[in-house]
Amino acid sequence: METLAQTETKQKVYFDLTTSPHLHSGWSTSKVMWFVNLALAPSIAAALVFFGLYQILIILTAVIFAVGTEALIQFIRKKEITWFDGSAALTGLLLALTLPPNFSLSATAIGSIVAIGLGKQIFGGIGYNIFNPALVGRAFLQAAFPVQITTWTKPNFAVDSVSSATPLAAFKFDKFITDTSSLALGNVGGSLGETSALAVLIGGIFLIVVGIVNWRIPVSMIIGMFFFSGIFWLINPQQYPSPVFQIFAGSFLFGAMFMATDWVTSPITNKGMWIFGLGISLVLVVIRIFGGLPEGVMYSILIMNAFVPMINRFTRPRTFGALKEEKK
Amino acid sequence: MKKQVTLSKEFLKGVWDNNPVLKQLLGLCPTLAVTVSAINGLAMGLAATFVLVMASLLISTIRKIIPPQVRIASFIVIIATFVTIVDLVMKAKFPDLSKALGPFIPLIVVNCVILGRQEAFASKNNPGRAFLDAIGMGAGFTIALLVLGGIREIIGSRTFFGLQIMPDQFEPWLIMILPAGAFLTLGLLLGAVNVYADRKKRLEHESLVAHYKRVGREELIEELEVK
Repeated sequence: METLAQTETKQKVYFDLTTSPHLHSGWSTSKVMWFVNLALAPSIAAALVFFGLYQILIILTAVIFAVGTEALIQFIRKKEITWFDGSAALTGLLLALTLPPNFSLSATAIGSIVAIGLGKQIFGGIGYNIFNPALVGRAFLQAAFPVQITTWTKPNFAVDSVSSATPLAAFKFDKFITDTSSLALGNVGGSLGETSALAVLIGGIFLIVVGIVNWRIPVSMIIGMFFFSGIFWLINPQQYPSPVFQIFAGSFLFGAMFMATDWVTSPITNKGMWIFGLGISLVLVVIRIFGGLPEGVMYSILIMNAFVPMINRFTRPRTFGALKEEKK
Repeated sequence: MKKQVTLSKEFLKGVWDNNPVLKQLLGLCPTLAVTVSAINGLAMGLAATFVLVMASLLISTIRKIIPPQVRIASFIVIIATFVTIVDLVMKAKFPDLSKALGPFIPLIVVNCVILGRQEAFASKNNPGRAFLDAIGMGAGFTIALLVLGGIREIIGSRTFFGLQIMPDQFEPWLIMILPAGAFLTLGLLLGAVNVYADRKKRLEHESLVAHYKRVGREELIEELEVK
């Protein structure tokens, strides 16, 4: 038998020295991204059913421009071009699903370019962005084209009593409560992907089951929403909508399942995720009830995105084997 | 002995190398606030330039009799005098512009470009150089504001100096005339300027290396790398 020393003299032995972790979960970035894209399929289907086939053009425009911008910027910066990893496609898809039906295609393209360019690549590409890129694109469009982006179309199977306004706007300005079954199914006015709570839940639960989305963020958001809006509802049920309405209306569930759970822009610790989710719903309740806009999921997630580094720092778990710090 | 700088450099450094907005990032408050249109940017730039030039001239003339302990207060009083002149002239001659610029004309008093040039340059140099420096800095400030205002006006309201230049089909991006648009435009502009400057530096470096190689002085290349 040869000793190690003998082996070493024969051939140069390379030891692959790396620090922990040594286990790989088996999830590559592209696999995760394509799974999330797949989870959005029910929402896309719902959008096409309720708002017509034209919407596929919005989705395609957003995806093509997002992927194209990513490839272009990576080409200019002489980085590895990673347009097939699905992350840019996912950003485009998420952006498209937050846009109103029949939105202009040129504005969609602008939103995609801004989402990838200003939201992601300017920070250094995937993994470095502070804010959710799709929401950055959406926020830019909201500020650039405030009229078009709040022009809602009636869904295809709308009964006459349903106006083309979103349920939240209808409540905010006319005190009209849309019934929960329409909200759950998605037969109401609103952005492409957000109206059908059912489709969003199917995709979201799929992501939780396969382990891509950590259940703590959506669950803490829903609990927080129930609690914070419940307080107002108990104070005055006439003036403030019920928690159930608040959860099903607007893009709350879509944001909770797909936007807030973005791996890059959400906290990494379990405790942090609870703080993050509760914070989003608190900001959201404040915007919906006291703000001038009927909906504020986008802003509340972006605001809490900015707090993520701080949350991570303060919820850092004790290092294994380290002593507890003594309180002064 | 002070390093001698040529007079043209004294003027040009403010326009590009030390551009107050694009390189020194001074005076950003009016830069971000008033540049919703090209005309606003130009007016703001010219008003600040006038104050800067007059204050620099006066201060470098009397620089030896200003007691160092109260120099900042003296600078502010002198600057404020010229700002008052600008403010009153604009109110009398260009009331619309004066209204558009609002409180930002009186606020030129505390513009750090102007105070910074007095402290860093005018109080240490003779009036001739101070004048060139002030003109250069003022020109740099005006150009930056004009570019920023121009970009924001073209995209945000389809016009340039009030003339429509974008087609009707072009949907104006309202964000560009909102404060957010100022930050985005300035950030992208700074990024572009930095990319250009880096590239220029790299090209100069490469040509210098090539030159040293040609004349056979490889040891100088190493010195360059150390730097």
